[in-house]
Amino acid sequence: MERPLTKHIHPDREPLSLQEYEHVGGYQAVRKALLELSPEAVVTLVKDSNLRGRGGAGFNTGLKWSFVPMGPDVPRPKYLVANADEMEPGTFKDRLLLEGNPHQLIEGMILASYAIGADISYVFLRWAYKKAAQGIVRAIQEAYAAGYLGQNILGTEFSLEMHLHTGVGRYMCGEETALLNALEGKRAMPRAKPPFPQVSGLYGKPTIVNNVETLCCLPHIVNNGPEWFKSLSRTQDAGTKIYGVSGKVKRPGAWELPMGVTIRELVEEYAGGMLDGYRFKGALPGGASTDFLVEQHLDTPMDYTSIAAAGSRMGTGTMIILDDQTCPVGFVHNLQHFFAQESCGFCTPCREGLPWVEKVLLSIDRGEGRPEDMNILDFHTKYLGPGNTFCALAPGAMEPLQSALKYFREDFERHIHDHQCPWK
Amino acid sequence: MLTTEEIAQIEHEISLVPQKKAACIEALKVVQQHRGWVSDESLKDTATMLGMSAEELDSVATFYNLIFRQPVGRHVILLCDSISCWVMGYEQIRDYLMQKLQITYGETTPDGRFTLLPNVCLGTCDRAPALMIDDHLYQNVTIEELDVILHHHR
Repeated sequence: MERPLTKHIHPDREPLSLQEYEHVGGYQAVRKALLELSPEAVVTLVKDSNLRGRGGAGFNTGLKWSFVPMGPDVPRPKYLVANADEMEPGTFKDRLLLEGNPHQLIEGMILASYAIGADISYVFLRWAYKKAAQGIVRAIQEAYAAGYLGQNILGTEFSLEMHLHTGVGRYMCGEETALLNALEGKRAMPRAKPPFPQVSGLYGKPTIVNNVETLCCLPHIVNNGPEWFKSLSRTQDAGTKIYGVSGKVKRPGAWELPMGVTIRELVEEYAGGMLDGYRFKGALPGGASTDFLVEQHLDTPMDYTSIAAAGSRMGTGTMIILDDQTCPVGFVHNLQHFFAQESCGFCTPCREGLPWVEKVLLSIDRGEGRPEDMNILDFHTKYLGPGNTFCALAPGAMEPLQSALKYFREDFERHIHDHQCPWK
Repeated sequence: MLTTEEIAQIEHEISLVPQKKAACIEALKVVQQHRGWVSDESLKDTATMLGMSAEELDSVATFYNLIFRQPVGRHVILLCDSISCWVMGYEQIRDYLMQKLQITYGETTPDGRFTLLPNVCLGTCDRAPALMIDDHLYQNVTIEELDVILHHHR
């Protein structure tokens, strides 16, 4: 089984230095792209590889790039931003790549920048990733010293600056337009779209924001081609994927695996099965803002298309397990507390609705719920759903709630009927 | 009054961005790094350097979870309260810390040693429960270890 992204990552060792990275083929893709391929050819290569954004949305990366205006008369500077603000609860996959092999990310960023003609690039890193920050600072310095960054890279016309920006903590920063506001020194509130960042992004200039894992795929696609990248997958969605499992399993962790391994394989094989005495009740397949899947979905392949067909989203591909001894109401209350707290407060449904949902869930969890509370939760899943709020935060928050109300409705009703939590 | 060193560092940050205001988060970080928190006075001085009103800068400072607009202890304990840590029982860690330190969230021990804050997901969910004290990440935390962990931060 090929594991291109994590092949050179050894959690107990320091990340590869520039020389070590070059020794295992590092920066060959930059040489190939800059010296042999046009930017348009790189875009086509990535489009053909069917690489889909690993931050959660799953949009075709090459297609996203193709909306950036190209040619001599376009607004400059253009920007490329690596979204390393991993803050989706239950998600710890980019940390592995950032701490494990920062040069791979930098190489991916250079390739993306070349493809869209970016002049300046940023790594937008969350503050908590201290070890990653040290590695990235060192790797950027090494890349400048070796001439992979700076003016006229490898003697070509292409020049690129790279900077590390460390955030100060807010979930909204993961939303790409809010991230751009944060980079401009503003409150991380989302912007209206259109215009899309590809046309008017950072400081009003064309900008691409790509997830860390997405960028880390690029050197391998350029080196080995789109057909190879597709062949890594078991399903129609190409490549490998960093999957993770957390919760009451024997071996929680993150692994790079072919796209399309099943939920069952992840839970039973890679995570070693449930801890003794615990049973699988459900899972959020891709972070806090994805719909629950349950036992009947265990054999669903973990890819964008199959998980969507099962009624959820692949999201970040890092799964949180709900076991039979954990209260689903308490579980969902914890999620809604997070979303209510992290709402930026700009639009009314999200600012007012999420705290209401949180309070109702708390009262149900405490045995103080009323039968009509179920209606309150039900209508919030509609009024805070897609199309009613300014950005995707509240609709994302409603995904685990609406699916919990569907699959675990009896558990909610039992709390209300018995005036207590059956798990306490 | 900002110190000469703070002013120099903030000016350096301003030199790196196309508009003065864009350096404001970095400027707040500079002040907090030196003082542990951002007082009203520091905020006003920083705003002047950035060509912003104090109110505008405060709207940014208060938006972010990790800019402290109140004094904090010498060490800040950030306890993850998100979903994977909740499933793995972070509440026991929280209760033990609150009982041991005799403070609740947002408070500082009378000796000024620790401030306890809840924090969103620390991105280490396979090693839950987790907490950070200053720059140190602690994973798979158990109640038994907490005394030793606290002892590292005098």
